[in-house]
Amino acid sequence: MTGLLLAPLVNGVINRVKARFAGRSGPPVVQPYYDLIKFLRKGAVYSGTTTWIFKASPPVSMAAALISLALVPFGGTASLIAFTGDCIVLAYMLGLMRFFTIAAALDTGSSFEGMGASREALFSALAEPAFLIGIAALAGETGFFSLSLMLGKVPTVSFELLMVVVAFVIVYLCENARIPFDDPATHLELTMVHEVMALDHGGPDFGFIQYAASIKQWILGALIVDILMPYNGGRWYVGIIEGVAAMLMLAIIIGIIESTMARLRLLRVPQLLVAAGALSTIALLLIMR
Amino acid sequence: MTMLIVLDLALLSISLLNTGIMVVGLQGILLGLFVISSHASALSLRLVIIASVGIAIKGFVFPLLLRRAVKEAGIQREIRPFVGASLSLLIGVAMLLAALWIGSKISINGIIDVPLAVPASFMTMFTGLFLVIARKTALTQCIGYIVFENGIYAFGVAAVGQTPLLVELGLLLDAFVGVFVMGIAIYHINHEFDSMDATKLSSLKG
Repeated sequence: MTGLLLAPLVNGVINRVKARFAGRSGPPVVQPYYDLIKFLRKGAVYSGTTTWIFKASPPVSMAAALISLALVPFGGTASLIAFTGDCIVLAYMLGLMRFFTIAAALDTGSSFEGMGASREALFSALAEPAFLIGIAALAGETGFFSLSLMLGKVPTVSFELLMVVVAFVIVYLCENARIPFDDPATHLELTMVHEVMALDHGGPDFGFIQYAASIKQWILGALIVDILMPYNGGRWYVGIIEGVAAMLMLAIIIGIIESTMARLRLLRVPQLLVAAGALSTIALLLIMR
Repeated sequence: MTMLIVLDLALLSISLLNTGIMVVGLQGILLGLFVISSHASALSLRLVIIASVGIAIKGFVFPLLLRRAVKEAGIQREIRPFVGASLSLLIGVAMLLAALWIGSKISINGIIDVPLAVPASFMTMFTGLFLVIARKTALTQCIGYIVFENGIYAFGVAAVGQTPLLVELGLLLDAFVGVFVMGIAIYHINHEFDSMDATKLSSLKG
């Protein structure tokens, strides 16, 4: 699977674009791979206050990420697993991943991690409806409940679908802890949301978490790309190459958004997410009308 | 027409006054274009005049007047509305649902064949009324008034394409005078009470 290999590359590209904007030359694009290899070679240290939940979280996240990756079609090729209703499984897999991250963060007993967990829970509670209703709108538009069929049949972009895409981009930014919601590069525990929950993980565990996060980013990006560039019936490798190119474009756009926007105040974040939810809902209403 | 609905929702969630004014202007221009495009097959001089006068007044004169009021009042954003932005958005979705329902019930002879024309115009009217009720700043209430008028205008264009020119121009003039008077009133409210907060109007000076 392309996603498995290329997911960390997206992070590398985003960081590179940000560095360029800031006038630095930045780390190499493959830096996330080096990081992952480094983490996997290290040993893990566990705090005495943690229980098995803390140790279970990284493998569960990783497994959930792999299953969801198998569900999402990419670049015109069907997904590995496809059945009616797999879009709901996808949402729940992402939810499971988040649940275990939050549970592990609470398990450490650290107040910072508790705060991060509470914020993550709040944000995702608002982002998930936007995501699910957007998926429902897609299902209403195409008449299929399986991601592969659904995304294969998406008509050329209409106004309603554009609303879904905008909602998905907002969800993408939020779920992947990108800048208007969370700053992935911050070094202050108080201001972190996603990163703070992984503070106590080390070694291979942290590597798993990072890898799972980049795969999640790939999945949500692939959904956006699939809607915007429906399958056009070409050869499979053409579709893959087009898809990868589109993903890299998306990464560059995200990099530009990150460089030009400041973080939203914490109070404004739910507002933006509600707006995303409203957009999805309206798209659904207009489609089902 | 979908664009009209999206702009309505944008108005519900915006707290910066200048952005809100810009969106209202955009809505006015959009409505003028809608008049022309919906009657594209039988375009008459009358329609072109109505559309261009509408665009000129709603797209440019109103925003100009409102901007000046903002500048004179010296405030930038809506302060503590009765209903917050997120809740307003949710209510907006509910209003859209109601508008779609009304659109499916209503049937008028000779209504033009544009999808969503009736729901979108009802949605715009609801949005306007809601803004008048739920916001405190006199300026936003004025914006709500314009939006309400936009909705009636859109419905009029959709339902009764054959309204006499005089009536339509009269309506525009009414709205124009309304905004003008409100601009002056806002200036005086601001001058007397040191704020545009309409809730303070009931308190006595002294």
